[in-house]
Amino acid sequence: MLKKLAEKYNYSLILLKELVITDFKLRYQGSLLGYVWSLLRPLALFVILYFVFVKFLRIGDSVPHFPVYLLLGIVLWNYFAEVTNGGVGAIVGRGDLIRKLNFPKYVIVLSGSFSALINLALNFIVVGVFMWINGVDVTWNILWAPLLVLELFVFALAVAFFLSAIFVRLRDVNYIWEVIMQGAFYATPIIYPLSAMSVDIAKILILNPAAQIIQDMRYVVITQDSQTISSLYGTPWMRLVPIAFVIFLAITSALYFRRRSNHFAEEV
Amino acid sequence: MKKDNRESVLSVEHVYKNFKLPHEQVNSIKRFVTQGLKKQKKGFETQHALRDISLDVKKGEFFGIVGRNGSGKSTLLKILAGIYQPSKGAVKTTGKLVPFIELGVGFNPELTGRENVYLNGALLGFSRKEIDAQYDDIVAFAELERFMDQKLKNYSSGMQVRLAFSVATRAKADILLVDEVLAVGDADFQRKCYDYFKALKKTETTVVFVTHDMNAVREYCDRVILIEGGDITSSGKPNEVADDYLKLFNNSTQVEKNDSQKRWGGGEIKIIDVDIKTDTKKIIVDYVVEANVDVDEFVLGYNFMDNNDRVLMGGNTLNATNGGKKLSIKANQKMKLSFAFDNVLGSGNYSFNTTVRSGDGSTVFDKWDNVTTVKIAKAESYYPIIAPADMTVK
Repeated sequence: MLKKLAEKYNYSLILLKELVITDFKLRYQGSLLGYVWSLLRPLALFVILYFVFVKFLRIGDSVPHFPVYLLLGIVLWNYFAEVTNGGVGAIVGRGDLIRKLNFPKYVIVLSGSFSALINLALNFIVVGVFMWINGVDVTWNILWAPLLVLELFVFALAVAFFLSAIFVRLRDVNYIWEVIMQGAFYATPIIYPLSAMSVDIAKILILNPAAQIIQDMRYVVITQDSQTISSLYGTPWMRLVPIAFVIFLAITSALYFRRRSNHFAEEV
Repeated sequence: MKKDNRESVLSVEHVYKNFKLPHEQVNSIKRFVTQGLKKQKKGFETQHALRDISLDVKKGEFFGIVGRNGSGKSTLLKILAGIYQPSKGAVKTTGKLVPFIELGVGFNPELTGRENVYLNGALLGFSRKEIDAQYDDIVAFAELERFMDQKLKNYSSGMQVRLAFSVATRAKADILLVDEVLAVGDADFQRKCYDYFKALKKTETTVVFVTHDMNAVREYCDRVILIEGGDITSSGKPNEVADDYLKLFNNSTQVEKNDSQKRWGGGEIKIIDVDIKTDTKKIIVDYVVEANVDVDEFVLGYNFMDNNDRVLMGGNTLNATNGGKKLSIKANQKMKLSFAFDNVLGSGNYSFNTTVRSGDGSTVFDKWDNVTTVKIAKAESYYPIIAPADMTVK
């Protein structure tokens, strides 16, 4: 049974591995610092945001370890942005391949998401270093982190599948998504603590899976002072709402992608 | 068709393929909205690329698909490869099918030759381990040992093709789909391709081969279909189908008026009309000439040139079998001349040139170059010119 399954997906696995390797090799082609940029980019953004929001606007004074808190939010958001922005053009960008070879198209989107995941892992190292510098007490709660990363992975991938498939037919999607992401950046508690919002607004904002994940992640990794969906609604079961949404989105996106993928070669 | 007891590995059952061509493609929101409100007034035009195609390829068969450009053969190949979905009907395959629609699919110019081998190999279904095992052979076959760590963008196109071909020939397939990828490359490369073909034939790999090259069809294929306008119009033995294919062009032996014609001369005698009729056996050239003044002696000649402006064949009033004497003509007299001769030309395009001169050849009355282009296609032979030789057998 397991062997049969492995056989069926053998080609996809080979392809996935090779595409991820290629993507990683090509990412920093010709740049002097190479992979260091994977770490430098979020760090640079962090430094800017830190000075603007922590030093001048003094937004995070009420939150312990706010710099690390900020960095973790940025790192998680960057992952989501990388997967979804990359996802939009993933299928169209591989049009030449799709027109000439029949292969499982989902591998293209999946490979982009795995490349971003490698990046995320590297960024987590930076976060870890800052946590250590900042003197964050690590608790057993951190064991929840992989589950939250999994939720983020599925969420970002579901959005990427949907975007990549619809972009084949509607070439406006990349512009629309750009605008949505700009708005979403501010609608998600990344640069400000959720406690800065009124409870009513916070209750709405936290329903966004990205917000729920970021806040939960901050809670389990950095400080239990983080407002989470459980603390806002007073019940941990409320967490099931964004999770259910992610699962629903993943299933519908996957079905939509599968239905459309038969026609990619003609439409791309 | 003969009864064939071999196992069928690729069967196509009543496949149709329609392409919906919107008159204006709706691929932006604005158009979508505006056209949506207009209730799709413009609508679609349906192009029937394939109609009711059925075929059956047996294990170990070298199966050819031929057809003119736009006949639907590439669409069929893409359906066989699973790239396109048929609008109706089904394709069933047994075993692993590898398409060579194009060489070097997925090659990335920013990667080194080595990295591209692994990437291209993965697309053909090879794991890293499997490529590792045959990497040296691939490189040796491509003759690129010294270049493998250079980026592909620094390769010449010939080197890229060699590398791609070298990887492609490793593919372990039960069924190979081969498009005309092998039409590229120099003579040395083509020889390699044909060696590969011979090897495939020897090992009885099932091959579906799409081509325009009738010589390759006659040499390698076991069975061939001819597709014309989305239908199978002929199928069976390679020689017969290849002839049918060439007849598609034969029926259209054409004489076209040429735009780049050049004409000069004194005008004492002018060619008023020249008409060329061709078929595969005969060429007949009819002239009407008219004189302005009395001319005691004149000679009319014509020739056929190939694309390189080499004269291949010709004749004149002097060497015609029943001619031999110089003609004379009175002022304002019209004269009809007709030349009929064997069409010894091979398939190709020829320019027709003609001249009227004075009897001693010193004065040109009317010289008309590139009057028409004569297109000839012959099924029987690919010789540029058939030399009917006197043969002796000892």
